[in-house]
Amino acid sequence: MQIAIIGNGISGITAARYLRKDSDHEITVISSETDYFFSRTALMYIYMGHMNYEHTKPFEDWFWEKNKINLLNRHVEEVDFDHKNLRFSNGETFAYDKLILATGSSPNKFGWPGQDLRRVQGLYSYQDLEALQSYSDEIETAVIVGGGLIGIELAEMLKSKGKEVIFLVREASFWNMVLPKEESEMINQHILEHHIDLRLETEIAEILDDGQGNVKGVKLKDESIIDCQFVGLTVGVHPNISFLKDTKLATEKGILVNEFLETNIPDVYALGDCVQHQNPPPGRRPLEQIWYTGKIMGETIAKTILGDKTTYQPGVFYNSAKFLDIEYQTYGAVPATPEEGTEDFYWQSPVEHKLVRIHFKKDTKAVTGVNTFGIRMRQGIWQNWIEKETSVEEVLINLGKANFDPEFFKKHEQDIIEAYNEQYGASLKLKNKKTGLMAIFQ
Amino acid sequence: MKNTGIFLILTALVLWIALLFGNTYKLTPEILLETASQEHADLLRPKLEDLFDQEHSNVFSFSSSIKNAITEVNKELDAEGKSDQKIYDTYELSLTKAAGDGLVSNNKGLLFGLVFSLLVLGALMFILPDLNLLPGIKNDGIFHHPGTSVKWLGIILGALLIIFYILLYFFPHFIANWIIVLDPLSNFMNGNKASQWFLYGFLYTIAVLVMGIRMLVKYRHSKYQMIRTGSVMFFQLIFAFMIPEILTKLNMPSADLKNMWPLDYSFFFDYRIDQKIEAGTLGIFMFVWGIILFAVGVPVLTYFYGKRWYCSWVCGCGGLAETLGDPFRQLSNKSLKAWKIERWMIHAVLVFAVIMTIGVIYTYMSGNSAIFGVIDTGTLRYYYGFAIGSIFSGVVGTGFYPLMGNRVWCRFGCPLAAYLGIVQRFKSRFRITTNGGQCISCGNCSTYCEQGIDVRWYAQRGQDIVRSSCVGCGVCSAVCPRGVLNLENGPEASRNI
Ligand SMILES: Cc1cc2nc3c(=O)[nH]c(=O)nc-3n(C[C@H](O)[C@H](O)[C@H](O)COP(=O)(O)OP(=O)(O)OC[C@H]3O[C@@H](n4cnc5c(N)ncnc54)[C@H](O)[C@@H]3O)c2cc1C
Ligand code: SF4
Ligand code: SF4
Repeated sequence: MQIAIIGNGISGITAARYLRKDSDHEITVISSETDYFFSRTALMYIYMGHMNYEHTKPFEDWFWEKNKINLLNRHVEEVDFDHKNLRFSNGETFAYDKLILATGSSPNKFGWPGQDLRRVQGLYSYQDLEALQSYSDEIETAVIVGGGLIGIELAEMLKSKGKEVIFLVREASFWNMVLPKEESEMINQHILEHHIDLRLETEIAEILDDGQGNVKGVKLKDESIIDCQFVGLTVGVHPNISFLKDTKLATEKGILVNEFLETNIPDVYALGDCVQHQNPPPGRRPLEQIWYTGKIMGETIAKTILGDKTTYQPGVFYNSAKFLDIEYQTYGAVPATPEEGTEDFYWQSPVEHKLVRIHFKKDTKAVTGVNTFGIRMRQGIWQNWIEKETSVEEVLINLGKANFDPEFFKKHEQDIIEAYNEQYGASLKLKNKKTGLMAIFQ
Repeated sequence: MKNTGIFLILTALVLWIALLFGNTYKLTPEILLETASQEHADLLRPKLEDLFDQEHSNVFSFSSSIKNAITEVNKELDAEGKSDQKIYDTYELSLTKAAGDGLVSNNKGLLFGLVFSLLVLGALMFILPDLNLLPGIKNDGIFHHPGTSVKWLGIILGALLIIFYILLYFFPHFIANWIIVLDPLSNFMNGNKASQWFLYGFLYTIAVLVMGIRMLVKYRHSKYQMIRTGSVMFFQLIFAFMIPEILTKLNMPSADLKNMWPLDYSFFFDYRIDQKIEAGTLGIFMFVWGIILFAVGVPVLTYFYGKRWYCSWVCGCGGLAETLGDPFRQLSNKSLKAWKIERWMIHAVLVFAVIMTIGVIYTYMSGNSAIFGVIDTGTLRYYYGFAIGSIFSGVVGTGFYPLMGNRVWCRFGCPLAAYLGIVQRFKSRFRITTNGGQCISCGNCSTYCEQGIDVRWYAQRGQDIVRSSCVGCGVCSAVCPRGVLNLENGPEASRNI
């Protein structure tokens, strides 16, 4: 049986690896981006010189041949679902028995005049990185449009090369659709500390041409003009499925899949960034463009294809990011503003960029999620607390158990519990001190 | 400021190299008699006639002539069947030093002060401005910089280091002037003139301290890194450098009390055992201490903390790697092939060290110079010292920092690391914990692992990292942008491998 996988990102590659582990089917992974799987999340580090492209490949090149996973650098232009055939841009065709679509995302562009000029780009693919590197030296001032995770990465990248960076954010505060006010404001402040010119509630109207097809500036909605040699468009991504539109395949924003990641066509499956879940698992959105969900989908689909029909179960939500120097982890659900019947306990260090917010239900006090900035926490422990609907007070007295900071790092559990006691008139006491090296050294 | 710093460092370097040419040498029969023993002086005198009472300005030809004289004498002794009288002392160095009589010899203190104050000042001017950066991982440009990515500057640095080690180990008489300027300090610390090993110890300590400050600045957001760096700086300065010199001054056997067999491969050599026995109680204590360290200290401490307690907190080689070597940690090879080579090579060195030591002890106890009548323990000992002690740990171990990363020796060659690693792998509470599914496979951890461990391989599977070679430097955990890794000790059974 020939299993064709379009897309050699984390989703497609995970599917291939797990299919290979438990079967002898022919497996072919097709992608037109790079010959080998690399980690998209590390694009910024290549530009900043922390790593070379080679370092971002999670597997050495010999791995694929040894594991009999065929890699094909081709661009799929058309899928003939009736005849189970792919057509590549070079005219070749490729017959499959089962097809896995893992085509990822593309950066959004909202139809701004000038959005296709030279030195205007998003940051998603390896080609985007190459483009940026090719004209990096021409950039003195860069404008970044859109305040999300990729926007702040792009800002950090350009700043690391000494560029003037102007960061335009439509909202009143950075990423405030996701982050509660205090978190968002702390990041605003941190962005300014890095001498990145953050301009909130600012939107562009037009990108200006220098007459030779290069960007020379942006015009804002208030008609003012910023001169710049680069515009980064980081206003989100959408499923990369344009070549699948107007086929038998059911799509909306993304490729529609059921809980088994099956599409409306037999023997055709979809995973990763490009899917839209018809019945998203509890606590999950229909589109979730996250690294590990692609991985879980890859493992799930491999089981299903090999006869062990398995539902996609990503479990308690979690995610992490780094905003310049501030690490962020989140477990469970912490909405930007508490919904009915829930509330937040939040603690912030007066001296450092450290913040913890625990979200819980008013009636049972059961925790639903946590945001932690500047303090690393254990996924396993939080997952368990959230699944078991542990009360916030129980969590707080055991908070040390969740601490995942390196040895000798300053502990804040005591400060946190004191803040809670003060706010809620409680008298909780910490139960667990960290064990291990610390217990002996301290 | 940074540029001024570089300028000062370069000035110090140029001056330092210029010192090699800044002296004249005049050997007299009196100097010969003062420096060499009566017997040796008599043997050498006829061969050195040509050199006497003439001023020489070229250290290379001058010291080589002395060396040739010694070689000739030894040849003749061999021919006459008097091999037992052969000269093993390195008079080419001591005579060159003693014959020195010129700018360098007459301005030792001044030149010493000038070179090293310029060097340290320049280095600090280069390092301290980084305090203006916000604390956090700052690896910007490492793979674009010609010094840290095996480009022209890295190759020059590597070449300089390699040349330095070759001179130090095999041609110390060529760098006699460097040793001369250290005489005052040596005299102050241990009452003797400087040897090449004093020079080496001094430079080593300066490197660990100055680059340790760099490390402290760079990782000031991480208390683990700060304390660990402070620890290696302390052990280098106090244990490796000062205590041995003070012991010498007090006429006691000098010893680096934190060094241990089999890294300290000459621990069981006859002269070192004799020296300790002669020194009485203190000597015996040192001998017993040395044995307790590797026989009890290693298994117990490694069981509780992993090999890091030694390799990245105490050890001198580790200390240099973690300070001077830190800018090059990303150059270690991460391939599976490198891991395979590492495994056989480091364990082969351990086996070699054990056999050599057993042989040496056997000879010491029995008086027989060969084990099983075939392997000559003196030869074994010589080759170990040459191939492993000098070439591998020095020339390759440090000289290759800018080419193959800062732990070439620790990873491929150190027999003690091999031993610690076996304990760590099979009987230890230490592991690097992976935080569930948070890994985004970015590769920072693997890239910055000086031991070439493909940390990501484990992290992206949610597995803990339990590898014999991990020295617990903690940098993988520090550079991980998602907070995935943590160095921990816990019940052995909870290691998720
Ligand atoms: C800069 C950046 C930083 C990120 N950081 C994080 C992070 O920190 N944490 C996190 O959770 N997520 C992060 N993400 C998101 C994460 O990388 C994605 O969710 C993930 O890579 C999606 O994987 P995928 O396999 O579904 O798709 P992709 O990785 O996009 O792979 C799809 C592949 O298919 C190829 N392809 C598509 N169509 C065709 C065709 N017709 N023919 C041939 N080939 C085709 C594409 O070229 C691409 O190579 C980041 C994304 C970016 C861009
Ligand atoms: S695995 Fe981590 S702690 Fe161990 S040597 Fe490598 S970087 Fe250091
Ligand atoms: S640095 Fe962290 S996120 Fe990146 S590969 Fe290593 S463990 Fe994973």
